[in-house]
Amino acid sequence: MISFSVNRQHVNLDVDPSTPLLWVLRENLGLTGTKYGCGMAQCGACTVHLNGEAIRSCVAPVSRVEGKEVTTIEGLSSDLSHPLQRAWLAEDVPQCGYCQSGQLMSAAVLLRDKPQPSAEDIDQAMTGNICRCGTYPRIRKAIYRAAGMMSTVGAK
Amino acid sequence: MSALQIERREFLKLSVGAGGGLLIGFWHSGASKLAFAEERPESAFMPNAFLRIGTDERVTVIVNHSEMGQGVYTALPMLLAEELDADWKKVGYESAPVDPKYNHPVFGMQITGGSSSVWSGFEQYRNAGAAARAMLIAAAAQQWNTDPATLRTESGVVVDGTNRKLSYGQLAEAAAKMPPPANVTLKDSKQFKLIGTPVKRLDTAEKINGKAVFGIDVKNSGMLTAVVARAPVFGAKVKSFDDSRARTMPGVRKIAEVPSGVAVVADSFWQAKVARDALNIDWDEGEMRAFSTSQMIQQFREQAKSPGTSVRRDGDPDAALSQATQKIEAVYEVPYLSHLMMEPLNCTVDLRADSCEIWTGTQFQTVDRAAAAKVAGLPNEKVQIHTTFLGGGFGRRATPQSDFVVEAVHVAKAAGFPVKVVWTREDDMQGGWYRPAFLHAIVGGVDASGNPVSWRSRLVGQSIMAGTPFEGMMKGKEYDPASVEGVDDLPYDIPNLAVESHNAKVGVPVQWWRSVGHSHTGFATECFMDELAALTRKDPYQFRRALLTKHPRHLAVLDLAAEKAGWGKPVPEGRGRGIAVHFAFGSYNAQVAEVSVTEGKVRVHRIVSAVDCGRYVNPGIIAAQLEGGAIFAASAALFQELTFENGRLQQTNFHTFPVMRMNECPEIETHIVESNEKSGGIGEPGVPCTAPAIANAVFAATGKRIRKLPIRMTEAV
Repeated sequence: MISFSVNRQHVNLDVDPSTPLLWVLRENLGLTGTKYGCGMAQCGACTVHLNGEAIRSCVAPVSRVEGKEVTTIEGLSSDLSHPLQRAWLAEDVPQCGYCQSGQLMSAAVLLRDKPQPSAEDIDQAMTGNICRCGTYPRIRKAIYRAAGMMSTVGAK
Repeated sequence: MSALQIERREFLKLSVGAGGGLLIGFWHSGASKLAFAEERPESAFMPNAFLRIGTDERVTVIVNHSEMGQGVYTALPMLLAEELDADWKKVGYESAPVDPKYNHPVFGMQITGGSSSVWSGFEQYRNAGAAARAMLIAAAAQQWNTDPATLRTESGVVVDGTNRKLSYGQLAEAAAKMPPPANVTLKDSKQFKLIGTPVKRLDTAEKINGKAVFGIDVKNSGMLTAVVARAPVFGAKVKSFDDSRARTMPGVRKIAEVPSGVAVVADSFWQAKVARDALNIDWDEGEMRAFSTSQMIQQFREQAKSPGTSVRRDGDPDAALSQATQKIEAVYEVPYLSHLMMEPLNCTVDLRADSCEIWTGTQFQTVDRAAAAKVAGLPNEKVQIHTTFLGGGFGRRATPQSDFVVEAVHVAKAAGFPVKVVWTREDDMQGGWYRPAFLHAIVGGVDASGNPVSWRSRLVGQSIMAGTPFEGMMKGKEYDPASVEGVDDLPYDIPNLAVESHNAKVGVPVQWWRSVGHSHTGFATECFMDELAALTRKDPYQFRRALLTKHPRHLAVLDLAAEKAGWGKPVPEGRGRGIAVHFAFGSYNAQVAEVSVTEGKVRVHRIVSAVDCGRYVNPGIIAAQLEGGAIFAASAALFQELTFENGRLQQTNFHTFPVMRMNECPEIETHIVESNEKSGGIGEPGVPCTAPAIANAVFAATGKRIRKLPIRMTEAV
């Protein structure tokens, strides 16, 4: 039995501890917003937060999250109110949309750590997230926009 | 039969069946949480196959093209809502089921491809909206006992001369009883309120909160997950397999041979994948076991030495060449490429004795349904496909052989359960249906004034159409139009021109990849134009201009891109600029790239892209497609190549087949030429110019020519 919290809800699961967190989230918990893209931490589509840090859930065995807090895209906000989601809407970022959960989860950690990110900060935080549709220019703009919103509301 | 007459026919059918069964066939949605076009209690008014209006004011547009990032769930509703005068805030979308009424009006089947969704729907969706509007007005006129001609509509309401209002929701039930109009008048473009404006996409919200359902997210009750061990070499067959270890593994329900390999069916993806890895399969590797791409390219080079099938011949290129003052020859090579959609292939099948339900992200519903029906042993109409969101398509999900759908039906048959077949990234990359490798051998000559007088392009590569149900499109030609598109219509004013094609017979499955033939013809022709310009010591932009005097739309995008990029103005230290122009899928594109080369590494700093796609619907989406097209093409130009040794693909995942990332992404500026011409495409036209613009910029920066993709400075000449 493995116990951890997902989006502030406690879960107990009887699952092979070597199963990657990604598939536990998607198949056991029905949280399909977190996506499979490569299975080897190359593309970032599976990015979630583990105790507040961005991790690639496709290579994290579920045993690693025992007793910890996991946040997925479904937990970023319940109503699209996160500054990044609002900025994503304003900049019309997604195309196919498949990678966007991972993009948002990486960007959320970036903005928490660096509320006014430089271009290099964005490169560093976002380079692990591939977008095949090529939404990078809009992701960059949306991150700047969200940073502006966050600074005006004094968020961390 | 005109589009409007077809509408009429649909109306009649509907009025007969009013109140029941507009879109319901044999099938009833059960466990699926997906929203599909089916009758809903609140949908009081369903004037045609493309629209429902509810008493709750909701306007639902049923979209007959697949949403794969290109924005059809916004652009097509915009067309309908424009003529309906709907309140845009009340407009939503649904994916159409498979039904001939949703066929592409030009291609005659349900397909998303060829950058055609908007132009093919331009009248279709507007007619649907205008007809519904007329019925709403008729309903209001009846209620008010007035002449319909005195009424107008705005933002979801019918208004009379005294400013009385009835909303579309209030009128929905009455409008359903109105006869469809005999004909409708569409708005003049000056009256457009939505068309031509950068309306925000309708599907963004569900793509940023994890709610959008892609094929891989489908979950039905009782469904199992399967992973298939496929042949390591194309054409290989299973000789025997040992599943003694795999079948004892947790969660494994069934292991069975299917035509494409061995399927492992389990309770979860991970269990299926782990068990698959424990299989021991002995393959009969067949004819492709020794295949290598380096040998193949050698053969292509040999083939290019002899004349190919003539595709186009103007004047006498050989005589003109022999009289030319200066000559140049160049051989360009491009590799096999994977589409590499972010969402790997997958397909969910619920096969019953008398029905088959399929959930997948496909671009090719009509063909997939027929192929699935054949495997299932059912008539076509007993098979329904639910088109989910597509996590990218780029052509891979429009497979003439329906490979991933057919396989999933076989697996469901073998499993005896509803099953979702999931491809790993490695499976997806190694599964074939690539952009074909191509070689272009070009020879050109210029006269004493530096004007090109002769050009001969000889292409060697595999046909996409040959051997498929689309072979008919070759129309008795001995060449595949999809191989030569973009060079067979070379626009430059060159009096003696030959285009020849060699169809290479190779056992690698190939397919359309975003911009198809243009993905390589744009590269070869625009790089060669640059080489001719350099030969004559002319500016590559002015050199092109002088040869495009009969092509004003080419000229306009070329001029716009050059102007916005600051062509002719000093370039930052260490950088070079390159230019290219190309016509594809009904649209004209020109790009200027700015690059630097440091220690053999090419960095693209900036791309300026200008397009003329005729009259357009949503400039925000057009900009996104141009940005994405350039990044897609730059990934291929800089990084991507599929190679085979001993019949085995050498690339497996993103680390060996890289995609451009945020830190490598150039600044991209997009510009649209205002135009009243017929709408062209936008998903693909932004791809062909990027590679040649980058390669030509590398030459400007370093004096080295790029003749092979992906760009490696060690191979530059």
